[in-house]
Amino acid sequence: MDLRDTPDEARFRAEVREWLAAAVTSLPSPPDRDDWPGRRAFDTAWQRRQFDAGYAGINWPAEYGGRGASPTEQLIFAEEAQRAGAPYVGHCFVSLLHAGPTIIAEGTDEQKARHLPAILRGEHVWCQGFSEPNAGSDLASLRTRAVRDGDHYVVTGQKIWTSYAQNSDFCELLVRTDPDAPKHRGISWLIMEMNSPGIEIRPLRTMEGTEEFCEVFLDEVRIPVANRVGSENDGWRVANVTFSFERGTAFVPDLLQSFDLIRALAQLARQVNRGAATAWDDAGVRRELGHLQAIADGLWALTRRNVSIAARGGTIGTAGSAFKVQFTEFRQKLAALSMRVLDRAALTMDDLDGWPVADLVYGQLFAIQTSIAAGTSQIQRNIIAERALGLPKER
Amino acid sequence: MDLEPNELQLELVDTVRRLCADRYPMSAVRAHLDGASVNATGWRALTDAGVFSLTTPEERGGVGLGWADAALVYQELGRWLVPGPLVATHLAFSVGITPPAEVVSLIEVPTVEHGPLLVEHLDAIDRLLVLRDDRVEVVDPVALVATSLDRPLDAHTPRARVRSVPSGEVVGDAARAASLRLHGAMLTASLQIGIAGAVTALAVDYALGREQFGRPIGSFQAIKHLLADMHARAEVARAMVDTAAVLLDQSPSTAWSAVAAAKALAGEAALANAKSAIQVHGGMGFTWEVDAQLFLKRAWVLDTHFGSPDVHAESLAAAL
Repeated sequence: MDLRDTPDEARFRAEVREWLAAAVTSLPSPPDRDDWPGRRAFDTAWQRRQFDAGYAGINWPAEYGGRGASPTEQLIFAEEAQRAGAPYVGHCFVSLLHAGPTIIAEGTDEQKARHLPAILRGEHVWCQGFSEPNAGSDLASLRTRAVRDGDHYVVTGQKIWTSYAQNSDFCELLVRTDPDAPKHRGISWLIMEMNSPGIEIRPLRTMEGTEEFCEVFLDEVRIPVANRVGSENDGWRVANVTFSFERGTAFVPDLLQSFDLIRALAQLARQVNRGAATAWDDAGVRRELGHLQAIADGLWALTRRNVSIAARGGTIGTAGSAFKVQFTEFRQKLAALSMRVLDRAALTMDDLDGWPVADLVYGQLFAIQTSIAAGTSQIQRNIIAERALGLPKER
Repeated sequence: MDLEPNELQLELVDTVRRLCADRYPMSAVRAHLDGASVNATGWRALTDAGVFSLTTPEERGGVGLGWADAALVYQELGRWLVPGPLVATHLAFSVGITPPAEVVSLIEVPTVEHGPLLVEHLDAIDRLLVLRDDRVEVVDPVALVATSLDRPLDAHTPRARVRSVPSGEVVGDAARAASLRLHGAMLTASLQIGIAGAVTALAVDYALGREQFGRPIGSFQAIKHLLADMHARAEVARAMVDTAAVLLDQSPSTAWSAVAAAKALAGEAALANAKSAIQVHGGMGFTWEVDAQLFLKRAWVLDTHFGSPDVHAESLAAAL
């Protein structure tokens, strides 16, 4: 066990820190929360700058535009990016953290050449077409049909919870290619171009009041067979490769951001009056904050362990599910404490008296979906119980 | 950066595992309940294996390893519920109190009074290490005026009450006291991680074998989710304890917050998991016969050593 940077890692960290300091200060001001085209432009421009500087896809293969370095260096970049106040991954989330890693692991050479460099340059935004109205936690029961017609699949069905669909160029799509096979064995993983005829996108307003989520209706959309990642009917296994990235390290930016939220909340608690004292004078509030700091530190330690395993060439396995269960509980506790400290000020999404009310209240709303998105906490617990602890399936 | 144990560390853990399987199977641990709180032959074996001198430099007769290695060993000792003042004896060796004092207990005596003064394992110790705010002392236990308490919560950890602790030989200053507190918290957290993992394994075994409604109870989501939470909680805490231990070796001046987080998380994981293990066992879990209660009671004891989760949460908050 060794937590020091090697001389190479230390050099890399210093170089990254210097670059980030300059890059972050020269960023344009971020667009409004509801300005989706503006947010796409902002997110992809930041990705392009990282690419130009050689920091996009740090642990992706060099032949496809990555740096060819280790997961450890990727983590160092994430640490330094957070420290410098760099922007969140935003519109590039699915391409960088789901589709890209899946294509690296399972794609053909042609697919890698076509998509990986474009993803790293921020040219292509991706969305996810996995869930369906009747295939949520039971994802493998999905019914969107893909019928082979020569060199194409003809796809008809409906997808849901597709973030950024209206701003996306490509979609990672799960379809049923064999309706007669057992449900896990009739699925394929396809790359769908979002400008294909037959795609209708309807925004879906969430309790946050925003329209990031979409429903995607597919009516005889033609997708080339060459866009299939993995073998026909082997898509469930490929999707699990995607999930292992999603649960493994995709939450690193969110976790790093949480450290800032804890500090911001501590500052706020010192300003909020409670009679003659402040919220900070309440030992219960202080202890809860200290406790949340301990959990965040523990989650960061688990992240470093998972990256250590990946850097040794191992697979993270169910450790990603353990992380996600604990991370979402942590975010919900942090959000609950924010609301407690803000008290009546939490009843608006406007900043009052210079307090970061909007961020904290949006944070509360966001926290509610963390234990649902990317596999509910209940599904994660089933995964841990069955795959890590060897317990039988419920029948 | 690498938080996974290396080959030598895995071998070390395996050696300790074999020693514990030989000397401290649960039947032997339970036999301790009826005798002296420290079994002389078992303790001798631990001493000979270097369990207490892991971090003592070789030139002083120790094993010369680091705190990260010690953390892994103490996680294993916790898993086997080895009775006795393990951490105190290790700390005593690290400050140079070596044989003839082989079994050493420790008492924290803060300047501001904090609950009753209780000495653990008074029946078995050669020396008592006294951790005061500004110094460390060693006291000969015969100098203590103590009242034995006949019904300790953890039967493996007998207690005697003292009204005051006499002055002893000063063996360390305030800085030494602080470092012992830090190392003691980390080693204790390691024992707690061992408990958190051991009770998870105990409960999983039971859930696999116990049938109700015609199937193993471990197939019910209500049970699986309890067990999954135990596992996830223990894994986060274990990563934190390993991190804290490595930092004590590699960056001691900044390790305090990692140790605080480790002690808080490990303490909560040990207690929460032991309680869940009892729940999974149903009525049997509440009996003396099932081992879960022994782990829970030890977890309560360890939670009071070197700062409770509340104390560590306060210190983490103060730095925000």
